[in-house]
Amino acid sequence: MNINLTIIGQAIAFFLFVVFCMKYVWPPITGALAERKKKIAEGLDAADRAERDLKLAQEKAADDMRSSKEEAAAIIEQANKRANQIIEEAKEQAREEANRVKASAQAELDQEINQAREALRAQVGVLAIAGAEKILEASVDEKAHAQLVEKLAAEL
Amino acid sequence: MASGTVTSSEYISHHLTNLTFGLHPENGWGFAHGANAAETAQQAAEMGFWAINVDSMLWSVGLGLLFVWFFRKVAKSVTSGVPGGAQNFVESIIEFIDDSVKGIFHHKNPVIAPLALTIFVWIFLMNLMDLVPIDWVPYIAGQMGIGYFKIVPTTDVNITGGMAFSVFGLIVYYSIKQKGISGFLKELSFQPLPKVFAPFNLFLEIVGLLAKPVSLALRLFGNMYAGEMIFILIALLPFWAQWVLSVPWAIFHILVITLQAFIFMVLTIVYLAMAHDDH
Repeated sequence: MNINLTIIGQAIAFFLFVVFCMKYVWPPITGALAERKKKIAEGLDAADRAERDLKLAQEKAADDMRSSKEEAAAIIEQANKRANQIIEEAKEQAREEANRVKASAQAELDQEINQAREALRAQVGVLAIAGAEKILEASVDEKAHAQLVEKLAAEL
Repeated sequence: MASGTVTSSEYISHHLTNLTFGLHPENGWGFAHGANAAETAQQAAEMGFWAINVDSMLWSVGLGLLFVWFFRKVAKSVTSGVPGGAQNFVESIIEFIDDSVKGIFHHKNPVIAPLALTIFVWIFLMNLMDLVPIDWVPYIAGQMGIGYFKIVPTTDVNITGGMAFSVFGLIVYYSIKQKGISGFLKELSFQPLPKVFAPFNLFLEIVGLLAKPVSLALRLFGNMYAGEMIFILIALLPFWAQWVLSVPWAIFHILVITLQAFIFMVLTIVYLAMAHDDH
């Protein structure tokens, strides 16, 4: 249990080891620890941010979906309206066409009626005269009575 | 290995004698060597201060080098990414030390944490040598012609004293650096009693100040010396009975060596924190 030079030797060794430790051991390791801590904090931040971004994106997607649905509904409504309009127009045209056809048919009909009436009128005189002849059994001057018959026919 | 030719007391004192190199008044420079352990110790004592315990220094510096080599190796390849096994181990120690220092020491001083790390790991390693079966290394050394070879540096009061008085030097240095010489003297003389008792206070405080390194050194030395003594006593038993006592004692000693290293470190931090504090 002698106190001797060993105590000084140990003090010197202690000093050297502490200095070495302070210069070459402690700073790199604590530096790495601090850096890892920072990295982890950044990672957690990034995760939070990503979550927030995801939520925003989902909201935006929902918004877009809703607005496009509205748009689609508007387009469909417009299309329906347009279709109705086209149908109305077509109906209108058809009606006009029908009216026109009917009118022309009527005109033709009228014309034919007139023609038939003319023809009838022409024949009525002859028939009347022939009848009268038969009735009278006498010769009638056709020329003298033709004027009379025509007058009669005109009255028909 | 209580063989017939060696008495128990000779065996015990053999295991407690350092390998000392120094200047003997009669024999000149050389290793202390006598006919038995008592004579050797006598010679070592006669060498006085100018002698060195070669075994203590060798193991102490060797273990210190092991510590700085391992930690430096890890520090060089340190990564802030996923740490490997060795880095994990070193990081857990560093974080433990860092937490301890931050919990006690609230000033800014880049020396304290590395100092605490060195104290803790180095003392732990030196204490750990206590768990090496006590006859192995001395036997090998004996075969190589070295008569005395203690492998637990912390059972040498010079080793614990060397560290404790280095810490004492730091206490004084930081006290003066933080408070100035006058501030330090004021702190020593103006408390705990009123100023009129300054000489008494000064005496009291200087005793208290000196008690710090002495208690640091003797606490560690005493614990390890006693522990080793018990291992030596257990080794006196017949070899087939030794494990009954040595195994429980070794397991208990794992706690002691860690605790002593921790206590030395914590007290160092506390003393240095007190040196930084203004009262």
